[in-house]
Amino acid sequence: MCLAIPGQIIEVKEIGGLRSARVQFGGIVRQVCLDFVPEAAAGDYVMVHVGFAITKVDRLEAERTFRALQEMEGLEDELASSSSESH
Amino acid sequence: MRFVDEFREPELISKTADEIRRLAGTERHYRMMEVCGGHTHAIYRFGLKDILPENIELIHGPGCPVCVLPMGRIDDGLAIAHEPDVIFAAFGDMMRVPGTQGSPLEHKARGMDVRIVYSPADALKLARLNPEKHVMFFAIGFETTAPSTALTIMRARSEGIHNFSVFCNHVTIIPAIRAILDSPDMRLDAFIGPGHVSTVIGCRPYEWIAHNERKPIVVSGFEPLDMLQSIVMLLRQLNAGEAKVENQYKRVVPWEGNRAALKAMAEVFELRPYFEWRGLGFISQSALRINDKYAEFDTEQRFEVPGIRVTDPKAAQCGEVLKGVLKPHQCKLFGRECTPEHPIGALMVSSEGSCAAYYNYEHRKAAMVTLSLAG
Repeated sequence: MCLAIPGQIIEVKEIGGLRSARVQFGGIVRQVCLDFVPEAAAGDYVMVHVGFAITKVDRLEAERTFRALQEMEGLEDELASSSSESH
Repeated sequence: MRFVDEFREPELISKTADEIRRLAGTERHYRMMEVCGGHTHAIYRFGLKDILPENIELIHGPGCPVCVLPMGRIDDGLAIAHEPDVIFAAFGDMMRVPGTQGSPLEHKARGMDVRIVYSPADALKLARLNPEKHVMFFAIGFETTAPSTALTIMRARSEGIHNFSVFCNHVTIIPAIRAILDSPDMRLDAFIGPGHVSTVIGCRPYEWIAHNERKPIVVSGFEPLDMLQSIVMLLRQLNAGEAKVENQYKRVVPWEGNRAALKAMAEVFELRPYFEWRGLGFISQSALRINDKYAEFDTEQRFEVPGIRVTDPKAAQCGEVLKGVLKPHQCKLFGRECTPEHPIGALMVSSEGSCAAYYNYEHRKAAMVTLSLAG
């Protein structure tokens, strides 16, 4: 349950004073809080856990990790448990 | 047996496996604990045990938050949710975890307002949308998850939301490792350190394991190659008589961790004097509670919490399995009374628990072999 999922930031917005982003994970887009990675910008890749980005990664790492998580069925808990863009 | 060429980088995997065999030799027995439940799941999922030599033994650690949560805490949370106009919100992982009167999902079927949320922020959103109700977020997780709960509580306060509270069950990984090392029947040579917990806490909190306990620890990624490389790094240290903290997962884990996340945790939480861990008992300063500044958002300060304690059945040997004294299948209940469909012990509850992982991949595989032999 401590797995974080890599995704790419599509768009950054300020919502109620908080930095929030639309992040794409494979085919799914989610609203993600960027407060823990203030330096992250559109186009960057971040590791996301329970709707919060916790670290930046490069594209290669993001793609590798995403594939590995797919293989270990680690994406299901993080991505399938609610609808996308749920915030 | 899983063949090496099924992996994505077969050559690298094969070379790393050769290096492990060379380093491990045959003289010595190595006992390594992977602390994180994600690693446990990956070890079984990818069949890594099949490519390790027999003298490397992997012991599955306490890093599965669902598994180590005492049943009494689930009962407490559900008791509060029985009060009128309370919504019980929790991650999907919690939904099938049994309390003495059934799981949250079973309570939902009996009429309780139970909602699955993907994020603590979703629970806060539920509170905004249901001003006439109280939303209780049943928080679980290690340091990977706790900062997100902290930030959500800070947000609730700044927005002036009054119908939201958190039943805090966040735990911290270091005291659990300490408890395992202090246990008299524990014999471990080294640790495979958790990956994503370390993105938050960094690598420094592990230094005492190397310096004081003289045990090597390597923070590791989750891919097969990551874990095999981490085992190589541990073997090199052990063979050289060294004990250091090393970071195999540098591409994701910064040595210093995530300062913003640690700051949010420090703002909202304080350490509990002690907390009960299923299978391990009471461990001092091993869990977080909400501090007085944010008391309004603490379920335990807002509601009368019954403080239920449930003893695990004596026959369940979760503690011994957690400490690596027994393998999952050596427990008297394994695969008979205790299965993933009807978990009795803590480690059968989540797919990251060592018993569930063993059952799902090894036990079923063995059963299939027996069947095909019989057929």
